[in-house]
Amino acid sequence: MIDTTGQPVVRVVDLVKRFDDRAVLDGVNLQVIQGETMVIMGGSGCGKSTLLRHMIGSIWPDEGYVELFGQNIAELNDDQFDAIRKRFGILFQSGALFNSMTVGENIALPLKEHTDLDDDTINVIVTIKLELVGLREAAHLMPAEISGGMKKRAGLARALAMDARVLFYDEPSAGLDPVTSAEIDQLMMDLSKKLGVTSVVVTHEMDSAFRIADRMAMLDKGRILKIGPRSEFEALRNGAVTGDETSDLIRQFLRGDPDGPITRRRRSDGYEEDILDAAAGHS
Amino acid sequence: MTNMSPDSLIQNVRWVDRSAVVEVAGEVNLAHSNAFQEDLANIVAEKPQRLVLDLAGVTYMDSSGIASLVKMLSRAKAIGASMHLVGMSDRVRSLFEITRLDHVFEIHATCDEALASS
Repeated sequence: MIDTTGQPVVRVVDLVKRFDDRAVLDGVNLQVIQGETMVIMGGSGCGKSTLLRHMIGSIWPDEGYVELFGQNIAELNDDQFDAIRKRFGILFQSGALFNSMTVGENIALPLKEHTDLDDDTINVIVTIKLELVGLREAAHLMPAEISGGMKKRAGLARALAMDARVLFYDEPSAGLDPVTSAEIDQLMMDLSKKLGVTSVVVTHEMDSAFRIADRMAMLDKGRILKIGPRSEFEALRNGAVTGDETSDLIRQFLRGDPDGPITRRRRSDGYEEDILDAAAGHS
Repeated sequence: MTNMSPDSLIQNVRWVDRSAVVEVAGEVNLAHSNAFQEDLANIVAEKPQRLVLDLAGVTYMDSSGIASLVKMLSRAKAIGASMHLVGMSDRVRSLFEITRLDHVFEIHATCDEALASS
């Protein structure tokens, strides 16, 4: 059980991000406590990947701020941010491998760049990380020679190379077969429960989310609709439709139902205006 | 007496017949990795029949620490010696389990067990 009053490792405060005039994130507040697995979910375009990119400092907010390990990352100089950067790992959706390097070389790269370890020691660490993700036999293959799922596992091995204390995952299960997906979930849980690694996971794969989460946050239209322990979301998923728009929307998402507030909203938003515009030749 | 680096993680080395019992304490991490490997290599150079690493005082170990132990296992095997790990905390033990190295190393609860093993 995670102590939610514990030390936050990641803290998002009043975050607002606009693309053109549209608020993709609209006042998001979120804390991730040391050692917990926080799953951030929501439909396509809800802002969850944008939120993740703010947390890792790859884009900057229009308002609000992000703290990592107690430090506002917008206030850090390059050296200070580099020091923080070594303490977290990122698994990108695509794996984000360098195509000109073998899988093993990709995993060795952060160790070569950030440590003075000799080649033999780095080779041992690379072998260990590849074994962790079940990819030892692929060490000498090029990214073009492996499947999408293998690329993702290789990306995870690289994210683990420096023994990060916090791992950010962008859709870790997407595109994986069920066994590989369950294996990755198990590894994420082992890292969290046995080694105390903090995880922030953006996903819309509900089976995986309910396996790995300590707490969950539901994002919709750039706002957090609900944040709480997994048990609350399980109860919501398993409960009856209530007529409360927010609860029913979350329930529809968790169950993957074809009917509900999400569907009604998609079908109603501006349809009349659009079709009349089309008829008038304005589209 | 084996020479140790300043601020060595190795607190003590005692010999029981031809077995070297090495007490390790502190954080076995990147900051100490190269010196730790050098200290262990100096002990292996004395050609023990059995190398017993007592890790009871280890508060944290990262991948570079594990890699150091793997390299030392390789060196020990090369001279026909066995290598044993004892006194691991639950956390360190978990690290070996997750990385599946608990099947690669001989792991015992106590030094006496390790010394009595074949």
